[in-house]
Amino acid sequence: MVTLKEVAKEEYILSGNASCAGCSATLSIRLAVKALGMKTIFVVPACCTSVIQGVFPLTSLNIPVLNIPFASAGAAASGVVSGLRAQGTEDITVVAWAGDGGTVDIGIQALSGAAERGTNFIYVCYDNEAYGNTGMQRSGATPLGAWTTTTPAGKKEPKKNMPLIMAAHKIPYIATLSPSYPTDFIEKFQKAKATKGTKYLHILVPCPPGWRTDPEMSVELGRLAVQTGVWALFEIDNSVFSLSVPSKPLLEKSRRKPVQSYLEKQGRFRHLTEQAMSQIQLGVDEDWEYYRKINQTKICP
Amino acid sequence: MTRTLLDTGNHVAGFGAQAARAEVVAAYPITPQTGIVEIIAELANSGRMRAEYVCVESEHSAMAASIGASASGVRTFTATSSHGLAYMHEMLHWASAARLPIVMAVVNRAIGPPWNILPDLNDSLSQRDTGWLQFYCASHQEIFDTIIQAYKICENSKVLLPAMVCFEGFILSHTNMPFTIPDQEDLDSFLPRYKPGWKLDVNNPMSHSTLSSSDYYMELRYLIQEAMGNAKESIPAVDKEYADKFGLPYHGGLLEEVACDDAETVIVTMGTIGSEAKLAVRKLRDKGHRVGLARIRTFRPFPIEEVREICGRAAAMAVIDRAISFGMEGQLFTEVQSALCDLKKKPLAMDFVAGIGGRDVTEADVEAMVMHAKKCAEAGQVDQRVTWYGLRR
Repeated sequence: MVTLKEVAKEEYILSGNASCAGCSATLSIRLAVKALGMKTIFVVPACCTSVIQGVFPLTSLNIPVLNIPFASAGAAASGVVSGLRAQGTEDITVVAWAGDGGTVDIGIQALSGAAERGTNFIYVCYDNEAYGNTGMQRSGATPLGAWTTTTPAGKKEPKKNMPLIMAAHKIPYIATLSPSYPTDFIEKFQKAKATKGTKYLHILVPCPPGWRTDPEMSVELGRLAVQTGVWALFEIDNSVFSLSVPSKPLLEKSRRKPVQSYLEKQGRFRHLTEQAMSQIQLGVDEDWEYYRKINQTKICP
Repeated sequence: MTRTLLDTGNHVAGFGAQAARAEVVAAYPITPQTGIVEIIAELANSGRMRAEYVCVESEHSAMAASIGASASGVRTFTATSSHGLAYMHEMLHWASAARLPIVMAVVNRAIGPPWNILPDLNDSLSQRDTGWLQFYCASHQEIFDTIIQAYKICENSKVLLPAMVCFEGFILSHTNMPFTIPDQEDLDSFLPRYKPGWKLDVNNPMSHSTLSSSDYYMELRYLIQEAMGNAKESIPAVDKEYADKFGLPYHGGLLEEVACDDAETVIVTMGTIGSEAKLAVRKLRDKGHRVGLARIRTFRPFPIEEVREICGRAAAMAVIDRAISFGMEGQLFTEVQSALCDLKKKPLAMDFVAGIGGRDVTEADVEAMVMHAKKCAEAGQVDQRVTWYGLRR
């Protein structure tokens, strides 16, 4: 178990970056690179991190970054991995760092190809559940009921389950993360770094401008997402699914906070009726019935 | 040891990548380019080529992976055709503006619909403005030589741009022609190991291709234009150096000139139609017609001055385009006309759109086109600015 005292003091994302106040994607970068160390290369498709870096000739990231078009993170990272291997360099961690649009929608092909090829890299999806950079349009990761600028009446379809899609690729390590649980977060990054092959990490990142919340609420919302069971923290380690420490007790329904306590704090769910909220609660409960079935078992054999 | 082999144009391109010691190849198969990816997979698998071969899942990813590999600091090669090239379009811009000297074989093929796997140049010509150098080859030897030369030209710190080495599908890709591969040690001294000016380096972290304001963007674009100018200077010099070092024919640098000194009528074309035109020039010269040929080797950078000098002396000019820019004319015709527009004395100019979708263009066809242009010149007027040669309707 990592304790916060052991976390690296070095900062790799510098102050003066261009993120919004309360941005948990930036917090995630901070924790991720602390966990991975300076021998890390980021490959960043179009996403909020394209902006967070700041404007040329300045940058806020103190590791090398290759910026690349929207659909291509998985493939461009594959190229970096091959290029490093051709040079005999084995000790650098290549990370594709993409938003939910760049992962579950436009970038899914390149990611799937890279995973199927067993590319030795970490693919990170930091997920604020919409196209944030362009002003909150719906993505395949937007949850049921959420308002976005392209779902003015709330999204009618559920969120795409990307970690399970990745599980079907039979890659060695998959995990879901929340920066509100920093030790769990850091351990998962360290484990991904130590594992050979394709690793997929999916982080839920509360987004104040997109979720219509106050900046100081981001960490609490991350916790509530986990505590209500809306965002389950788990690992799929060599196809074995296991709930992580913060989520495991929630198998018992009584331990889960009602989803309403998470939804009602966000402007994007403000329009939801009691009935709509109970429908979402039902979906979450169903998810947990499924987690109960697959916990500690081999999935997608 | 210098070797002379007989093989297909596709295999020649693969041998070119091998001889250039490309370290990463990321490619996706498409007819008629497949022979290239197959030979490289075989060479890499057997250890005869020390390269990482990435079997990507699309051409968009092929170029993305090439960008990643090149940015990591290694010599990178890829190949595609037609729809594959079109699918790469976004990434083509990215590769050049990121100033990565990737070399790509483009086996020219018509674009659908209707599906057609035969050659014309509309695929690569529609990538004109992507910031890539574009070479057009007329023989197997030229394919091999141009791949080696392209790396030398593109990796020059004054250039740092990617290059397409284009050749027509089936006509060159699937036919056998003899070609010479110089001794590998001599090739290595001509084209030493790639030393990138910048790369993704954990000891010198930078954000590459990051967000930029208009304070910088325009200047960054100007630098690409300047690099194209530098490439233009370097292309003939590198071609000459190569020919001298290996005792192989000089391909003409930016354009191959055949019997243009006293030519009254000049044929301007690209690719294998240039080979047919060479034969036509010889025949017509034998019959006493003062005909010459300017076979454009580099569409980008475009040899403006050379075209002005050659065509400016002539009375008539027949441009043969194996491509069409709909709503205008053949792309080569537009470029040539633009190069000549402010000359005091201009040749009478005719465009022949020919060989679209792989329709055969023979020496006899070229002869007919050039004689038609000559007749118009003698009559003092063009009957048609653009003629779709051999069009059935």
